[in-house]
Formats: sequence, C-alpha cells, structure tokens
Amino acid sequence: MKSWMYLKNGESLSIDAGRCTGCGTCLEVCPHGVFVLAGGKAVVADRGACMECGACGKNCPLGAIAVSSGVGCAAAIINGRIRGTAPDCGCGGGCCGG
Amino acid sequence: MDLKPVNPKSAESMAGVAMSRLKAAKKPAPVAGFVEFEAPRPSFVTGYLPVAERSVPVVSTRLSGRDRVDGWLVRWDIGRMSYAVGPGLYAVGSPGPESVVLVSANYKLSFDSLRKELSGIDAWILVLDTKGINVWCAAGKGTFGTDEILDKIGRTRLGEIVSARTLVLPQLGAPGVNASEVVKRSGFRVVWGPVRARDIPSFLSNGMKKDEAMRRVSFGLADRMAIAPVELAHSWPVPLAAVALALPFALPAGGGYWGRFLSLAVPLAGTAVAGTLIFPALLPLLPTRAFSVKGAVLGVAWGLAAALATGTGWLLAASLVLVSAPVVSFLGLNFTGSSTFTSQAGAKLEVDRSLVPMAVSLALGLALGVASKFLTI
Repeated sequence: MKSWMYLKNGESLSIDAGRCTGCGTCLEVCPHGVFVLAGGKAVVADRGACMECGACGKNCPLGAIAVSSGVGCAAAIINGRIRGTAPDCGCGGGCCGG
Repeated sequence: MDLKPVNPKSAESMAGVAMSRLKAAKKPAPVAGFVEFEAPRPSFVTGYLPVAERSVPVVSTRLSGRDRVDGWLVRWDIGRMSYAVGPGLYAVGSPGPESVVLVSANYKLSFDSLRKELSGIDAWILVLDTKGINVWCAAGKGTFGTDEILDKIGRTRLGEIVSARTLVLPQLGAPGVNASEVVKRSGFRVVWGPVRARDIPSFLSNGMKKDEAMRRVSFGLADRMAIAPVELAHSWPVPLAAVALALPFALPAGGGYWGRFLSLAVPLAGTAVAGTLIFPALLPLLPTRAFSVKGAVLGVAWGLAAALATGTGWLLAASLVLVSAPVVSFLGLNFTGSSTFTSQAGAKLEVDRSLVPMAVSLALGLALGVASKFLTI
C-alpha cells in the first residue's frame, strides 16, 4: 500500500529496544503500518508514514515507545499562535467533521 | 438536537418512573433516562430493551431519509457542531449478556456510520461523550479517552448487563485510550476493532481478527472529496473579498461594467474552489510534500489559466498569479487538518515558513492589480 509522506513525519518516534517485548500492540493500533516485528522486537519500518498520532506510545504496555504527538493541523497551530496557547482547532476546523 | 446532561424531570424519565411504578409489583421494571437525551426520543430509537432493571434504547440499523439529508448537510458544515447523539448505552438487535460491546463517539455521523453496518448483529453500543466530535479527533483531544470510557462503564453499570466484559473500540480511538489502564481499572478487556465501521461485520464474524487493510487509514479520492465541502463552506471569506475587490476595480460604471466585474470576480472567487476542491482532488499529484507549496503551485496554475481565459494584460495577469498563489496555498495548508497523515511538527514547520511569503505575494499582487488600473502594459 502506498504511504503518504509529509514533512518531519515520525521524527520524534523512538522505541527503547531494551524494554520492547515484541507484544505487537503498536502494530495493532498504528493506522499507517509504521511498525513491523523483527527478531521478536518492534522496529520502525516506515518512519515517513508516521503522523505522530500517539496511539503506539499511549498503548505500549512497557512504555517502550516515545513519540511527541499532537494534531497535525495548520489551522490549530495558527489558532494557538494567535491566542498564545497550544495548538487548538477549537473544533471549528474541517478535521473534526471528517 | 440539543443535548443536555441527564434531566430527571424530562418526559422520558417521567414516563419511565410511571412505568416502573405500574410494574413494580410484578417484575423489575425498566428505568428510563438511561441514555442522556431529552424527550422526544430520537427517531433512530425504535424501542426499549428491558434488561437488568432498566431499559436500553434499541437503535435502528437503517438510516432514514432524514438521517441521510442531515448527514449530507453536515458535510457542508450546516448544523455540524450540534450533530450529536446522547452518550450512554444503546442496543442493536436483541443483545444479551454475551453480546459484544461496541464503543463509539457521540458525533452523529460516526454513530450513524456504525449502526448502519450492524443489521443482523446483536450488539451493545456504548456511546462516549466526545462533545459531538468524531472518534479520531476526539482521541487526539483526549475526550475519546480512558477516563471517559471508565465513566460511561460506571454510569451505565455496564458490568451488570454484560458478562463478556469485552469492549471493541475503534482503532482510531487508540491515541486517546490506554487499553491496559481500562482493563486494570474496570475489568473490561479492550479489543481494537477496525478503522472503518463497514469492516465490523467481517471483523466480528472472523472472531475479532483484523487483516492489514482493516488497520490502515486510507485517504483515497473519495475520502478526500467527502471532507472537501466543509473546507469549501469555510472558505466563504474568499468569494466575499473577491466581490469586494472586483466591484471598485470594474469601475467606471456603465459600458461593460459587469463584464469587467465578472472577469475579475470569478477568477478570484474561484481560488476558493481551487483551494478546497481541486486541491484535495489533485493532492497526490501536486509537487513536494508541503501542502503550502502544493497549494502555491496550484494557485499559480489557476492564476495563469484565469489570465489566459480572460485575456488580461501582463500586469493584471501577474496580479492574478500573485494573489491566487497565496490564497490557494493557505487553503491547501489548512487541508492538513483534514488529512490523515500530517504530523504536528511538519505542520508547524509549514506555518512558520509559509505565512510571510504568502502575505508578501498577496500584497504585491494587490499592488500590481491596482497599478494595472492606471498603467497599460
């Protein structure tokens, strides 16, 4: 399957191989097929496809995955800049109706 | 539909109380007000299922004409922010203690897309209060989250209704829900269901196994165009500005005024169509990964095409290009919010790098437009 590429995708994603038990939870929750299991460990196979949604980090039972997640929405970022807050789409963006 | 928290005095609850008094002598009576909606009950509720001393609304698996019309309007951003269903527990078919519990968001479009796939299936639907936002966005915000699930399990006393103690969550809820914490704190096991509701029947009949395609978010042409109308509706300031610019530009009044008006207003207003309909359609074909650059390229093409079509002079042609590029670029950049694959770090980078060039191009374009009124090149 063709994966969509974007700027800086997956740059913050890292796996602590020492803690990973290869349970496969990250493969289960990732919507972009970023991970594969190799030698009993999860490894990042398609970093550019990672949109940093945070599903893997949230659900890794061993806390072995670190990823800095957030909405990848320019309107939310601009809103945040204007108000001096964190990116916030305020539910007014097209994203939330999808 | 206006949603409020449980109101014990609502007609729905009153009816339930009256009913429970009538039947109290014989058997445990249903208790209404179990789902937090006010009377009258929503049209998708076909009846009530008495279970464990309460009554659970049974929902239809068929979308009515009204559901479809409303769903279409919502795609155009009409009534979208109040398009919600009451959070709580619903039934589909005739579920029992062993039936599966499907967890959903209370955005009605999400809820409808789930229930319409469930004909012939007996299931419970646990609707979380995501403030009328779809699963994925709500998970990103944390409203489709661990605490909200635990709250709804508790408030619906789900443990008294099902013995299977398994929740099927949409996979796109994973950014907000820690499955192991749900198990730890509620005893309910979480199974990550498919991304799309339409895969649920085969997921269930396969013993809750997903294939690779069920796990993947797609963003094909149909997916992109389904969300495009909301973007178009949001771009209303563009045609408004186009008209405001073209009205004085077409002066002097009299001979050919409206012709001059239209030959400027249409290309300028059309940048909204270019940025919100043509942009998502051509997304994979436009160059570079940056949405703002993709948009700028499309905007330049749009401006050139408009100049050729209207046979403008060089100055006005340059003006059209310099105005179209930043407008389409900005609308394209906004499409990151609708896309399924853009990281926040990348979107931040684009915002940081693109807004100033956009403003410069727009200012230059407007200046050239004014100049073209007075100079003939």
